[in-house]
Amino acid sequence: MTAASQAVRGGPSAAPLVSMRGITKSFSGVKVLDGVDFEVVAGEVHALAGGNGAGKSTLMKILQGVYQLDGGTVEVSGKPRRFGSIHDAKRAGLGMVFQEFSLVPTLTVAQNIFLNDEPRTGRMIDDRQMVRRAREIFERMQVSVDPTAPMASLPTAYWQLTEIAKALAEDARVLIMDEPTAALAQQEVRALFDLVERLTDDGIAVVYISHRMEEVYEIADRITILRNGKHLLTSALADITPEQIVEGIVGRTVAMAAPPRRDCTDRPVVLSLAGLAAGNGLHDVSLEVREGEVVGLAGLMGSGRTELARALFGIDAITAGTVRIDGREVKIGKPGDALAHRLVLVPEDRRLQGLVLSHSVNSNLQLPHLGDHSRGGWVDDRALGSLARRLVDEFRIKVARPEAPASLLSGGNQQKIVLAKWISRDPRVLVMDEPTAGVDIGTKAEIIEAIRAFAAEGHAVVVISSEYPELLAMSDRLLLMRESTVERELDPTETTDEQALELAVQGVNHE
Amino acid sequence: MSESTATATASRRRFSFDWRRDIIYVGFVAVLAIFSVLLRDEGFLSTASFWNILRQAAIVSVIAVGMTLVIAAAEIDLSVGSVAGLASVVTAMALSHYGLVPGILAGLALGAVIGSINGALVAFARIPSFLVTLAMMGIAFGIAQWVTKSAPVPILDLTYVANFGGGNIGPIPGLIIWMVLFVAVGTVVLKKMRFGRQILATGANPVAAEYSGIRTSWVRFRVMLICSMGAAIAGMLYAGRLQSGRFQWGAGDEMNAIAAVILGGTALAGGRGSVIGTFFGALLMATINYGLILAGLDTSQQQIIRGVIIILAVALARKN
Repeated sequence: MTAASQAVRGGPSAAPLVSMRGITKSFSGVKVLDGVDFEVVAGEVHALAGGNGAGKSTLMKILQGVYQLDGGTVEVSGKPRRFGSIHDAKRAGLGMVFQEFSLVPTLTVAQNIFLNDEPRTGRMIDDRQMVRRAREIFERMQVSVDPTAPMASLPTAYWQLTEIAKALAEDARVLIMDEPTAALAQQEVRALFDLVERLTDDGIAVVYISHRMEEVYEIADRITILRNGKHLLTSALADITPEQIVEGIVGRTVAMAAPPRRDCTDRPVVLSLAGLAAGNGLHDVSLEVREGEVVGLAGLMGSGRTELARALFGIDAITAGTVRIDGREVKIGKPGDALAHRLVLVPEDRRLQGLVLSHSVNSNLQLPHLGDHSRGGWVDDRALGSLARRLVDEFRIKVARPEAPASLLSGGNQQKIVLAKWISRDPRVLVMDEPTAGVDIGTKAEIIEAIRAFAAEGHAVVVISSEYPELLAMSDRLLLMRESTVERELDPTETTDEQALELAVQGVNHE
Repeated sequence: MSESTATATASRRRFSFDWRRDIIYVGFVAVLAIFSVLLRDEGFLSTASFWNILRQAAIVSVIAVGMTLVIAAAEIDLSVGSVAGLASVVTAMALSHYGLVPGILAGLALGAVIGSINGALVAFARIPSFLVTLAMMGIAFGIAQWVTKSAPVPILDLTYVANFGGGNIGPIPGLIIWMVLFVAVGTVVLKKMRFGRQILATGANPVAAEYSGIRTSWVRFRVMLICSMGAAIAGMLYAGRLQSGRFQWGAGDEMNAIAAVILGGTALAGGRGSVIGTFFGALLMATINYGLILAGLDTSQQQIIRGVIIILAVALARKN
């Protein structure tokens, strides 16, 4: 790192640019942040880490004025501040590089950078000056972006650069980057890191949120770890090992009762992929799933897991390689093809893709079966009714009235509906993307049980999950995905517990 | 990223052709050319035609300028036609009872009141603008019919008539001056003023707009207000030109205005808009109307052909 950031690295002598003390925040009675301290000094990159629900994003949203804090203090350059709005935070010099990009696609790059803060002569916007100033900012960042290009015509990496330029145009002294590399290719990540270094040389502080340990070690000076809404530790990265970080993030969680792994090597192969590539970047994916087996896909966000699921289900086009089901090669060009070959995807976002929330539990369960239970366009209500009753029983869906809209159910019960809906179609291959996300712990166990029972009946299951305890509890074998391909199968020593798995996914201790 | 200039940014696109945005100009020229050839003997190419077409486009243009802002902000206003009718009635009544200035103020005030109600319901009560203005369409129409007992209210104030659409300035009909004024101001607002950018950002991505410090509720409120004001002035122009206020003035104009806006390249989903495009959209429709009249088609046939042309134009604009 640079001389400037060397000098301040973890140094208590430097006055913090931002200092948050004893921050508390509750949402509908649930304490999300509990007395959290966090500070950033000028010129440093400060990594913020923690598991899902640790409070990272809530803390950052308080800093940006999106949420108002319940207790504690925020000081910027030693002056106490209270942010009532995003506007206040911007005025105090805090800029956010949003994870979900917040640009207007129909405007140009320059128009986006100066949106609502356009340079004007009189009351008229001075477009020429706007473009010139945008150019100056990009020059300062040492990147080349045409300020007159419409946003929609540019690839993702440029959106991010525009976000950063926008923050700089507002004279931000602190940039908050939330998973900034998730959507970037390798060389774009390199360029982003170079840019971050140049910015910190200018005395700008960066709060860096990332799940990727390598990146954190490469770019950050200090790290703060949150766990369950509390501040756990702050340390210079030079003084902390990856194992300590993982332990800090994971903590000593109660292990889920992991069932014995089934050995299915003598069973026939159901799903077999060879050299699969897809338009979404996926490449060289080869894997086999045998009868009765649950195969888990582990990997970081953006490692290609969801892309694999989408390609298999015919949402993203397969460009090379073969898919075999029960030994026969199949062509999957659209979801209908996948369903015809009895390959089913339970998608990531159940509220958006899996359920018609405003419809009743019954009609959701019946939706995939309308074709089988209708004659000449007339729906056989009686057959569908008994089908729905059977599924509610079988999957233990807790619902007072099956006529109630699905939106009234808990996340766990909604997920059971999605699962019941698809399993009842009797698929041969079941692919599930994050089946336990946002589901309470009790229901999780039931869902995991249902998935394993389904596999035991002689089907093949592929599971994607970012929740390691659940992934470990579900899977008979685990494959590691990285950079849009299956890197290798994890060996049993790497799947003994959550910590071992996290280290394997992060690529620590593996040559 | 830092070393290479992106292919996407390599070319300057200042003069490039955007199919969706520019189809209106192609269409306009094409229709002019076709009519010039087919209707040569009927006298399509004449000064009289020129003024007639402009005059026909004028009032719809006045309404459509406000509508452009509303649609660019991803809202809609179905009440403009009825508001125009009610404004013509209110203005005519106030003119005859209280005189010139109160008459004008009454018309403007009506637009402000209805615009504020529409705006508040859309922006703050968060009711979809389609529903709010659909309801307002009926309410305004009903009030106008009720207070006049379905009869026209005559306007005898000649100063009013001369200034609001009935008179000429030199050789130029006053209606056309009003139209040019509206189009010019609308263009500057949408293209050169901060409010225009706020409208486009709100229409394209309200979250991004909020995160850029734009109070999107106020943007919505203001476009609804402006649109109603425009509709009220359009109604006052009807009143001047036809020397009376009547609940039917402006009926159906909401559809013409929306068609002009969409033909002009403004996205129904919001985020892109062009007032000049809208102006040419209105002009195109007036030209088609006028041409079909010259060709001897009756109103019912005109409506059919106009509908077909609108579908064609919008379908073509969708291509990209």
